[in-house]
Amino acid sequence: MTATIDSDAPETRAPSATVAVLKRAGVVGALVAVAIAVALIQSGSGIVVWQSVVTGLLTGGLYGLIAMGLTLIFGVLDIVNFAHGAMLAVAMFLSFGVVAVTGLHPYLTMLVTVPALFLVGALVHRGLLSGAGGATLENQLLITLGLSLLLENGLLLFLGAEPKNVTLPGETHLDVFGAVVSGSRLYAFLGAVALGLVLYWMLQHTRLGTAIRAVASNSPGAELVGINVRRIHTLTFAIGAACAGAAAALAVPLLSVTPTLGEQFNITAFVVVVLGGMGNVVGALVGGLLIGLVEQLTTIYLDGQSSLLGVFVVFVLVLFLRPQGLFGRRT
Amino acid sequence: MTDTAVESRPPTRPAGPAAPPLRPQNRQFAVLAVLVLLAVPLPLILPPAQGAVAVRILIFLIMAVGWNIMSGFGGMFSFGHAAYFGLGAYTSAYLLVEHGVSPWVGMAAGMVVAAAVAMVIGYFSFRYDLKGAYFALATFAFAEMLRLITTSSDAVNGAVGYQVPLIQGSSVGQLQFPAGSPAYFWIALVLAGGAVALSILFRHSAAGRYVVAIRDDELAAASVGAPVMRHKLLTVALSGAITAVAGAFYTQYYLFIDPQLAFGSSVSIEAIVTAVIGGIGTIWGPVVGAVIVGSLSDVTATLLATPPEFLSFLQGRSGLDVILYAVMLILIVRLMPKGIFGTLAEKVAERRRR
Repeated sequence: MTATIDSDAPETRAPSATVAVLKRAGVVGALVAVAIAVALIQSGSGIVVWQSVVTGLLTGGLYGLIAMGLTLIFGVLDIVNFAHGAMLAVAMFLSFGVVAVTGLHPYLTMLVTVPALFLVGALVHRGLLSGAGGATLENQLLITLGLSLLLENGLLLFLGAEPKNVTLPGETHLDVFGAVVSGSRLYAFLGAVALGLVLYWMLQHTRLGTAIRAVASNSPGAELVGINVRRIHTLTFAIGAACAGAAAALAVPLLSVTPTLGEQFNITAFVVVVLGGMGNVVGALVGGLLIGLVEQLTTIYLDGQSSLLGVFVVFVLVLFLRPQGLFGRRT
Repeated sequence: MTDTAVESRPPTRPAGPAAPPLRPQNRQFAVLAVLVLLAVPLPLILPPAQGAVAVRILIFLIMAVGWNIMSGFGGMFSFGHAAYFGLGAYTSAYLLVEHGVSPWVGMAAGMVVAAAVAMVIGYFSFRYDLKGAYFALATFAFAEMLRLITTSSDAVNGAVGYQVPLIQGSSVGQLQFPAGSPAYFWIALVLAGGAVALSILFRHSAAGRYVVAIRDDELAAASVGAPVMRHKLLTVALSGAITAVAGAFYTQYYLFIDPQLAFGSSVSIEAIVTAVIGGIGTIWGPVVGAVIVGSLSDVTATLLATPPEFLSFLQGRSGLDVILYAVMLILIVRLMPKGIFGTLAEKVAERRRR
């Protein structure tokens, strides 16, 4: 079975779906192998490529983490939340503030950022997006765009543009078969995987998760069997925002905190969401890893070009050729 | 959508001795002529600082008219109009700096390049049937790719960008005048007036009617034989070309362009916000929106330079103008989705009908 939220395949078709997914995973794996081989030839240095692969995968975990909340919202509510990056920035500032004031361990600030962002998400959905005014796609795009401008520039206006940094207490550097990895990057990666598993479990094995999947696949039907669709929408949006909160606490030691940091992650997160198939939480994680790799390999292939360029090329190709994502099925 | 509501005033109004009512496009051209004439003396009346604001309003106006043709009339929601703005700016700057070509020729070349790129992006997007959010994301991706490529291409000066070489005195042919000269405003006024005139012409042309029909129901339009692809491509090309004019003029006015100014996402956002605040899918919406959005940053800059007592902690900070237009954007989308002009026009039309 796929982990797609809006997977409506009857159980009997599950085996063939699994085969298809495995086949596609094989193709993707082969492409990745070829890409790495080409990079090896291009650079001629095994250790450089290995370092890129490790860095790429670990950074990719972070992308996947950020994209998970976005894909959940995208898949269930069909809302492209342009404010996701800005919400991440808000959560980062919150995390930074908590560390600065209380001296708490950065990862423990999750206890503040997750509930705070959950609340923000719920308020945004109830206040701005639900109801007739938020009905059409254009309106949702415009409202979340406005919200993102509002949050980013609010941070800029009140907290200033100077970058702020949080250091992880006891930061170490590990040696992974010759590649150097900072501890914070590894922990963020592990946190991303753990969060992905928690979300997956929540969607598959809890009442709330079942209701979310039901609403995603057929909301009038869900309404008929007594699910409060509007409530599920609000909860999903809030959970999606809370994911950004969790991601912020995990990533805060890795990044300089600036009001516009969300912008760069917004872009990559959208790419990851489309790549992984919208609404597919596990797909988001896999997509994140792939995009992390693409970024690193781009810098090897195209010397002097921005690593984002490769990301956009992949994005456009996926949009045109497989808009349902690598692991989704054509609807 | 909106302007059909305005124009669908029944032609059977009480036929008095007065002349028969003007056709909608003629009425709109008449309004445009009056507006342009009223604007002509502005740079002579306004203090120099306000003159710069007026020119910025006109640049916003051209951008928003361009965006509105594609996304308002055509319903193809573009998130990447920075691509066309930037192509206009860079084509004219490149030709001027590297080859000494007149900016007017550069502007025309920029229009051609932008129209061609818009058609290529459009062709692939329509061919692979990208809709809604996916289309918006694709246009965004193309604009960002252009930004990244120009940033790292030495052929167009990379991240440094282009500085327009200064000339002595003023020259219409080189589109350069002493700072603060009213000529900039008049040229921008002609360009903006031309853009609005084009958008009026387009809206009432066969192609424009087709495109609005396709926007409202593509399947129905296609089934009565509307050549969907051709008209969509025509629309995006026109939209790209108009937006390129704004880019080329921007370069000449500010004498400088770099990848962020040309292709940055804030350019796309400004085009969207201007058109939406004024009224998406209407002729006059971009005009109203440009006056508001274009003057906002000046108002807030003045406010923050010498803030009143209760705002003193914000002195010297930036971001307030964007906050204001973001709030306006959200409120307008929530409360009056037809924008300021669209909503007012509807009210007036309603009253007349009664």
